[in-house]
Amino acid sequence: MIEFSDLHKEYQGQSVLGPVTGAIEKGGITSIVGPNGAGKSTLLTMMGRLLDPTGGTVTIEGRDVFTTKSRDLARNLSILRQENQFTARLRVRELVAFGRFPHSQGRLTEEDLEHVRASMEFLNLTALADRYLDQLSGGQRQRAYVAMVLAQDTEYVLLDEPLNNLDMKHSVLMMRQLRRAADQLGKTIVIIIHDINFAAAHSDRIMALRDGQVVTTGTIGEIMRDTVLTEVFDTPVKVIEVDAKPIAIYYS
Amino acid sequence: MKTGRLALRTGAVGALLALTTASLLVGGYDITIGNLFSDPAAREMFFISRVPRTLALILAGVAMSVSGLIMQMITQNRFVEPTTTGTAQWAGLGILVTLIIAPNTPPLTKMVVASVFAMTGSLVFLWVLRRVALKSSLIVPLIGIMLGAVVSAVTVYLAASFNLLQSMSAWRSGGFSGIVRGHYEPLWVVGAITVAVFFLADRLTVAGLGRDVARSVGINYERVIFVATLLVAVATGVTSVVVGFLPFLGLVVPNIVSLVRGDNVRGNLPWVAALGAALILLCDLIGRTVVAPMEIPVSVVLGAIGAAVFIALVLRQRRHAAF
Repeated sequence: MIEFSDLHKEYQGQSVLGPVTGAIEKGGITSIVGPNGAGKSTLLTMMGRLLDPTGGTVTIEGRDVFTTKSRDLARNLSILRQENQFTARLRVRELVAFGRFPHSQGRLTEEDLEHVRASMEFLNLTALADRYLDQLSGGQRQRAYVAMVLAQDTEYVLLDEPLNNLDMKHSVLMMRQLRRAADQLGKTIVIIIHDINFAAAHSDRIMALRDGQVVTTGTIGEIMRDTVLTEVFDTPVKVIEVDAKPIAIYYS
Repeated sequence: MKTGRLALRTGAVGALLALTTASLLVGGYDITIGNLFSDPAAREMFFISRVPRTLALILAGVAMSVSGLIMQMITQNRFVEPTTTGTAQWAGLGILVTLIIAPNTPPLTKMVVASVFAMTGSLVFLWVLRRVALKSSLIVPLIGIMLGAVVSAVTVYLAASFNLLQSMSAWRSGGFSGIVRGHYEPLWVVGAITVAVFFLADRLTVAGLGRDVARSVGINYERVIFVATLLVAVATGVTSVVVGFLPFLGLVVPNIVSLVRGDNVRGNLPWVAALGAALILLCDLIGRTVVAPMEIPVSVVLGAIGAAVFIALVLRQRRHAAF
């Protein structure tokens, strides 16, 4: 379980998040949703210890993420941020292999190579393994980054907008693959996602943020309601059922 | 594919050996492989002057190109190296300061001072870089070149005030004509640094992916940057004292290797070292032969070749991506 309490972040006295208190349950996929500027990325990057909070704590399985040795934590938690503009020219295979760093410290064992191979296959990258990152499309690159994070093989995986740059087909594939990672490999996956319907279709729980506060956290059934979504997104939302699944309509 | 790689490696080693041999045999004093065995005077000359010069060239070539490689990884910018970040100019200022305060300082102390100044220079550059909002890839070396120009200006002013302009221009034109036995040996430090970089290689590559990725895989990013900066400072400081200012080598060599092989530091390191050594040997040979029996300092030849490659790289980048 990831728990955060009194977590807040300020920039020059301006609060962008919190103080918030809450938890991400172990297992399954939790989607973080909310309008722009709600503080989703701030919350996620602080949970992944990439950003220091102004105050408050984050613990993962009871260990404080800001004081635990980064190398130890890296075997338990991995995080991918939203903007990844690498200038380094690496092959997909090389990039994914660096995901094994916390385990191998650079000296790849057979087991490491197996993880690299499996992770590339998981994201349909095997055919692109020897391509340089700058020779890939935005969507292929995005998949390569996610493959790197999966190769790290951590119990907790935090992804900031993993569907960025992906078309419809690859968005669905990505969510299915994350679903598989949660179900078959028993990972706890936390993602920030823009499309509420994608979140509803593929995750177990939704945490909704607005104006730097956690508005509500719950199961799909609890969140996918007219009143809840209308409040979170500050715009009229109507939930209908299609094939027994809730779909939010907010275009009118 | 395998045989192609083997051929490339054999070719590279062959070219390096040929250049090394040429560097050992070319010069004012007539030395051939034959009279090395028959003529004791030629042999003595060979070991006092030629061998040290060639070794110094190789080591300095390795120092500057590996330094460039490190700096490009930690700044995530292709256009930086010790002379485009102000690092080498700071080392020069350090040397001048020792000349002013204690003219008879032993070389070792000079190297320590030069390295400390070089470290300061790198840290100033990194500090300014963190405060610049617009990080287009060409702004970064421009900032470094401006910082270097300011430091050079101060250096020249001080040198003029203390009547040391001549010593400084000798430093500025980094040449190998004065290198003899007993003078070049500190450059072996560079060998040690290259070995250290080999152990740091994966961390440097990950640092090249940025702070967030490095942290996510559990690497202490700040420490890697600090150690890397320190290694560059010592390499630059030592090279500055023994040889002088060697522009563009650290820029040209890692970029050519990266074009062919990508940016994985561990695999690239031997290539960067070899190509750095080969390029400086070649430039030195050109400098020694075109106006023989006079010499053009290697830094001048390097500057001419390096500047052309630099422009080519900028144009290439322009075609590939907007910046």
